Amino acid sequence: MLKYLLEKEFKQIRRNSFLPRLIIVFPIVIMMVFPWVANLDVKDIKLSIVDNDHSTYSERLVNKIASSEYFYLTNASNTYSEAIESIELSESDIILEIAHSFENSLIKEGYARVMISANSVNGTKGGLGSSYLARIVNDFADEIRSELIPPNNTFPVIDINSQYRYNAYLDYKTFMIPALMTVLLAIISGFLPALNIVGEKEKGTIEQINVTPISKFTFILAKLIPYWTIGFVVLTICFGLATLIYGLSPVGNLGIIYLFAMLFVLTFSGFGLVISNHSSTMRQAMFVMFFFTIIIILMSGIFTPVNSMPQWAQAITIFNPLKYFIQVMRAVYLKGSNIWALSTQLMALLSFAVFFILWAMLSYRKKA
Amino acid sequence: MKQFLSFVRKEFKHIFRDKRTMLILLGMPIVQIILFGFAITTEVQNVRVAIVDPSKDISTQHIIDKINASKYFEVKRVINATNQIEKVFRHGEVDLAIVFEERFNENLNHTGKARIRLIADATDPNTAITEVNYATSIVAAVQQEMIGTNAVPIQIIPEVKMLYNPQMESAYSFVPGVMGLILMLICAMMTSISIVREKETGTMEVLLVSPMKPIYIILSKAMPYFVLSCVNLINILLLSVFVLGVPIAGSLVWLVVVSFMFIMVCLSLGLLISTIAKTQVAAMLMSGMVLMMPALLLSGMIYPVENMPAILEWISNIVPARWFISSVRKLMIQGLDVSYVLKEIAILTGMAIFLIVVSLKKFKVRLQ
Amino acid sequence: MEVGKAIITDRLTKTFGGFTAVDSISFSVDKGEIFGFLGANGAGKTTAMRMLCGLSKPTSGKGVVAGFDISRQSEKVKRNIGYMSQKFSLYEDLEVWENMRLFAGIYGMGDKEIIEKTDEVLNRLGFYEEKNTLVKDLPLGWKQKLAFSTAIFHEPKIVFLDEPTGGVDPVTRRQFWELIYQAADGGITVFVTTHYMDEAEYCNKVSIMVDGRIEALDTPLRLKQQFNTSTMNGVFQQLAQTASRNE
Repeated sequence: MLKYLLEKEFKQIRRNSFLPRLIIVFPIVIMMVFPWVANLDVKDIKLSIVDNDHSTYSERLVNKIASSEYFYLTNASNTYSEAIESIELSESDIILEIAHSFENSLIKEGYARVMISANSVNGTKGGLGSSYLARIVNDFADEIRSELIPPNNTFPVIDINSQYRYNAYLDYKTFMIPALMTVLLAIISGFLPALNIVGEKEKGTIEQINVTPISKFTFILAKLIPYWTIGFVVLTICFGLATLIYGLSPVGNLGIIYLFAMLFVLTFSGFGLVISNHSSTMRQAMFVMFFFTIIIILMSGIFTPVNSMPQWAQAITIFNPLKYFIQVMRAVYLKGSNIWALSTQLMALLSFAVFFILWAMLSYRKKA
Repeated sequence: MKQFLSFVRKEFKHIFRDKRTMLILLGMPIVQIILFGFAITTEVQNVRVAIVDPSKDISTQHIIDKINASKYFEVKRVINATNQIEKVFRHGEVDLAIVFEERFNENLNHTGKARIRLIADATDPNTAITEVNYATSIVAAVQQEMIGTNAVPIQIIPEVKMLYNPQMESAYSFVPGVMGLILMLICAMMTSISIVREKETGTMEVLLVSPMKPIYIILSKAMPYFVLSCVNLINILLLSVFVLGVPIAGSLVWLVVVSFMFIMVCLSLGLLISTIAKTQVAAMLMSGMVLMMPALLLSGMIYPVENMPAILEWISNIVPARWFISSVRKLMIQGLDVSYVLKEIAILTGMAIFLIVVSLKKFKVRLQ
Repeated sequence: MEVGKAIITDRLTKTFGGFTAVDSISFSVDKGEIFGFLGANGAGKTTAMRMLCGLSKPTSGKGVVAGFDISRQSEKVKRNIGYMSQKFSLYEDLEVWENMRLFAGIYGMGDKEIIEKTDEVLNRLGFYEEKNTLVKDLPLGWKQKLAFSTAIFHEPKIVFLDEPTGGVDPVTRRQFWELIYQAADGGITVFVTTHYMDEAEYCNKVSIMVDGRIEALDTPLRLKQQFNTSTMNGVFQQLAQTASRNE
């Protein structure tokens, strides 16, 4: 029986005017455009400098900052209020103000102050930008110190050496690409099933199926398997593009990703079918799916760390399948984690898959 | 006029009957505001730390205590050998490893130099940088304390000031985005789907042969979504002021004017899509791909436009949400005068007029 | 169960909230009979039929179709019936033969059997050239004939037809009824709802529903005698006047 239903589903997908195109084009667009868009790299910060001192030291500091990779000087304002104006016009992100007595007090009193004002409407940029700037200022102070003070006059120093693993160039795209694949899978394997059964309801064809002795199990299975296949196609396209365009291939085993993807797609398609079963119009299914998808994506840790969320929010994410799948993707892609390292995620996704498939079967009503 | 009112009443009834969709349309902004306001934070907290401490002396213990006492860090594991770091990273158990050298205290006191290595899981580069910055400043503070405050000659102290968003609340950057997204969703998506649905079921024909002018039919269709949008707009503003504590720093009147402008743009976009799309699914996908995606990604809601490659930045110019969000940011968060948003207002007005004319033309053409 | 009965109902009732759509109907249909199930719009015909097909759960009362209880054994009922709904409901984006193959497959027919029978049925209908046509490209009359042929493809004991000839011209309706006769000759019990009174004349037995109740049940000839009129339309008019429900 299943064979005939599957034949039907695949034929319908093939004949649909945009589904096959969507399955091919959507991943390509997402993989080509999104890594550039979903970019929280904090580079090229626009800096406005108000140098009230115009001394040798203040100019050395300005040059040091200008030569760093993070900042470029947009303008040198004469007054602080001019600089503020440039922030208001979005011409600069951060202001560095050097006081009139900068060099004097540095030499005479041994310390000086600079003022950093950051536009923090965008928190990440404001925060990271000002801490980069503070670091450069500190480095500059070290430099001056070693010039002015003879080396034999030592005092204890803790030398900090920092090392960034798994993403040595600190490339935001490397971080986002594996996660974008999961979102793509979630959208395709969630929305299509969500619109499917309710679509048959609106057309009336579901009646003709309901009056046959077909079992719920077979029916739901026939709906799941096509999306499962589509998921594999989409994921494979993504892998290819990630390697081709970004030279990014998984450090770990590709088989592990496919295994988890299989469970994840089943989970999400099951979820989509549940919504479809409970909806009476496509519009309704669409909006309900949209609602949950947004929450699921926001709470998945895709662009903000789950650990930074408050306790209650972290508790909610326990029930977020996307969170686990993103963890798996990033771990396998970047760190090369093996299956033992991911046992929690495996158990979680396995339970979600079973749960949603069962729910999809139970919520499919052949009888009113 | 009486006829028109009865049409509007019919449209309202239509929408209110679908309780689930209504609930979602009204609930979505509330849930999003709460998530963005309280759950999603770009601030890095609760970083899980592993300690490798072969010296186990007073200095290392002191630093570990300081790290653990900070709200940013939480010591999760103490491991004996550096070769285990790889394993805890791969299992995703910790985010940062702090490695002390052997005989830390001894080195510090005798040679004047001791080493700490910070090894960060840089899968997420921004978080990793922030973690390292935090840890570095804690260690620096310990060092300062050991030497005594005034003993270090030559210091430059950066005073950091966060403009507009001193607490670095993520909500500040998200509220304008949520507004844009929700208005787009209701005005454009709902309108287009509803009109296409009438086309699909054939009831549109009935309306069009009625003696009502087509313009009134369109107005009566758009009216409920306009009202819904206003309700949501008020909800979002009330929530952000009273729940999130994001003040309306600038002129409320101009904020409302800009929002109306944007609502007009969205409504006409919805109408335009409804004249192109033949089926509900097509309308959903079109508004999803052509409107929602760009509104989410190219508008600067989450990802700064200036980080994007030139071509995407250029494309973002035609995304209405970009101009809306930018003007809301300026008016609401930065509290700037309306003269700073003249460009945005002009562009939105232009878009609104252009889209209304085009979509009305297309609508009429379809009638003949 | 009584031998020779295809359908038996006993005080079958369906209520939606406070509204009684089907009000305690009791009747029986003999095997091989063409049973006309008549009534005005909103009289409860479709609801009653959906209960018999196992698509809707009865609120109370009992029904036996093809020897199985419709409340407790609805899946067994479904194995033995065919159904053609009021709203055309074959897959428009599948070809003619693909629709037949799908439903035959669901009812458990084998590949070889399906292929042979598809050709045979299409030939009989004079429809062979359209084998590979998408259903959505067919005219309505053909769609309905196709839907009927699909409903009896797996040779069910009983076939339920809900307003099968709605919206088509008299010639096509005539042809459609010929298909029904052929099916009945082949031993299939036909349960058909219609509001065309001339079609009622073709049935072996008819029942007329008014406001959820069966108000008349007999052969067309005897009903006409009973109501003292020459057409079924006359019978129907007299009963319809008593109706309180309007659409």
